[in-house]
Amino acid sequence: MSHNFAVEASSLYKIFGKKPREALNRMRSGASRDEIAALGTAAVIDASFEVLPGEIFVVMGLSGSGKSTLIRMLNGLLEPTSGSVRVMGSEIAGIPAPKLRDIRRKSVSMVFQHFALLPHRTVLDNAAYALEIQGMPAAERRERTMKILDRVGLAGWEHKLPGQLSGGMQQRVGLARALAADTDVLLMDEAFSALDPLIRREMQEQLVDLQRELGKTIIFITHDLNEAMFLGDRIAVMRDGRIVQVGTPDEILTDPANDYVAQFVHDVDRARVLTAEGVMEAPHAVVQLSAGPRAALRVMRDAQTSTVFVLGPGRTLLGVVRDADVLNLVRSGARDLSPALQQAAATVTRDALLIDLFEPAAESPLPVAVVDDQNRLVGTVPRVTLLAALANVQPVITAENAIIAPATVPVEVITETLRATGGPDNVPTRTPGDAPGSARTNTGGRA
Amino acid sequence: MIAVMNAGWDRFLDTGRIPLGKWVESVETFVTTNLSGLFDVIRAVFKGLYDAVDTVFAGPPFWVMILILVLAGLWVRGWKFALGTLAGLLLVVGVSQWENAMHTLALVIVASLIALIIALPLGILTARSDTASAIVRPVLDFLQTMPAFVYLIPALVLFRVGVVPGIVATIMFALAPGVRFTELGIRGVDREVVEAGHAFGASPGRILRQIQLPLAMPTIMAGVNQVIMLSLSMVVIAGMVGAEGLGTDVVSGLTQLNTGLGVEAGISVVILAVYLDRMTAALAKPRQRRFLAKRTAAASAA
Repeated sequence: MSHNFAVEASSLYKIFGKKPREALNRMRSGASRDEIAALGTAAVIDASFEVLPGEIFVVMGLSGSGKSTLIRMLNGLLEPTSGSVRVMGSEIAGIPAPKLRDIRRKSVSMVFQHFALLPHRTVLDNAAYALEIQGMPAAERRERTMKILDRVGLAGWEHKLPGQLSGGMQQRVGLARALAADTDVLLMDEAFSALDPLIRREMQEQLVDLQRELGKTIIFITHDLNEAMFLGDRIAVMRDGRIVQVGTPDEILTDPANDYVAQFVHDVDRARVLTAEGVMEAPHAVVQLSAGPRAALRVMRDAQTSTVFVLGPGRTLLGVVRDADVLNLVRSGARDLSPALQQAAATVTRDALLIDLFEPAAESPLPVAVVDDQNRLVGTVPRVTLLAALANVQPVITAENAIIAPATVPVEVITETLRATGGPDNVPTRTPGDAPGSARTNTGGRA
Repeated sequence: MIAVMNAGWDRFLDTGRIPLGKWVESVETFVTTNLSGLFDVIRAVFKGLYDAVDTVFAGPPFWVMILILVLAGLWVRGWKFALGTLAGLLLVVGVSQWENAMHTLALVIVASLIALIIALPLGILTARSDTASAIVRPVLDFLQTMPAFVYLIPALVLFRVGVVPGIVATIMFALAPGVRFTELGIRGVDREVVEAGHAFGASPGRILRQIQLPLAMPTIMAGVNQVIMLSLSMVVIAGMVGAEGLGTDVVSGLTQLNTGLGVEAGISVVILAVYLDRMTAALAKPRQRRFLAKRTAAASAA
């Protein structure tokens, strides 16, 4: 009903065969896909989902799962046996052909698996085809198409014929044709499946860039889970005509709805899917800048670490301080922590992929700091967490293994200093042997 | 007519023989008596068309026509073919069959043209509708397998002796491949490309014009080639009903047991056939390929 969704499908059925109606009724009263096989083939069964404007919605499934049939119902290439499809708020199931053509021209374009270019037309004329159908004057559509061709990296190729282009470039023409149509919704049917892996990766990255730039709603069909995980804001997993799970890549990976999905995601490259936000821990060793050197030293002693994160107003991450520097500050009686402040070794944003966390994690003994767009510390990713996330086990998180930069100054020295320089400090002292920090230097460093 | 059929039925009960022939004859009688006006119009149109085309080919001196045909061959296929054409056509002139050959060429062109005017829309229709395809297919089978002589009989009755029954019989016989190849070509167009047309909101007419026909063109042209070749194979038969041309000499060669005359006319048919086949086969290849070859050559030179 509402226009809040770019595409809205509810209870879609598509049954091919001689008696689709009868098959539909039997399915609705509980018959299975196999039981109605004599009446027809149920390609899509009771599919419902909504796609938000500006999101990349991936429909993933193996061949024969009904995903191609599903996408063809979203622009009326196939008439649903039952159910409703709304594109930008208007119903397209069962509407007369001229109205449907109008919606296809204005609201929803498509990119095809095998490019579906017109071999007798040049790249320019192919890319301008949708505009030609829309009735745009030749000069205007040429100008607009040239811009799009330039954007997808085909400048200089506009007078070639498709047969003279490589597969990747042909699909860029297909993409340009769909983008030139300037519709809100873009349907992509296995658009990159026919390309070789390197080109495919390049096209995926370009698609993500284009989507960010143009804000199109993209519905992408694929059988490649890594592609789904890379592109999808949300993913619908299909099996035997049914949608078995809809969720973000993180959700699909960490919380598969059933064994089928779990098996499917088993081989996925988790480092390229999981984000820092998805695995991060609450930060343990932190101190407010305003709390001063003595407080910082106490936090370090309690956590038995050599380094703590220093936060400014509103939890903004200012940097880190090290125990030796803070110790000196305390000994000199300074009240301000700033002189000891160092740049935080490694910060990443919430949506950073784990693959991008390895380098910072390797370079710094500290947990990698995760900050939001206002540079507020929202969490940390210790190395052990990173490894656990890849191995798909729940890490046993303790304050101890969250801190991987062990103290370099013995606890009793700190305690002694605190006692010598200021007020009462009733924290119990430890014997040197109890200080796990010094004993665990080596193992801690490698975690 | 019904009375005649009833009479036929009575006779069947008497003799045990199905009077199919009688029925067809009664239909023929009905048509000749009631629709003779229509057939006179068709006769006049076909005759007019033939005379016009025949004047174009048989009118000018033979060397003008040879020059034109050789140049056409040079443009479409190259100098080797042009040379072969020249030799072949001079042979036709040498055995005094030039006039006949041009009459035959005119008959073939008129019959093929009319056959294609009927076949192409029919092929498009059958490609789009399974029902139409299911109805037309057995009709085509019938037309193609019925012995060609049989068409001559009603054609003679309806159109009288001359070139027109020859044209009509030729059209009937040559129609089928035009329809079949057109249907095959359009149905064979990559489904995804047609889908792309639909997906961008193209109307069915636009999809036909801009996608299906251009992509089906090589197959359709192969059909055109077949129509022309079948038309040519009918000319001898057309000669039997008085259509002027090479067929007349073949027939008289046969009736007079004149091997020499028969062979001379026959060789001329072969030369025409080879010329027409190579020309249409060359045209059947995608036009843009020739065009493209020139363009890429120009581009690489630039």
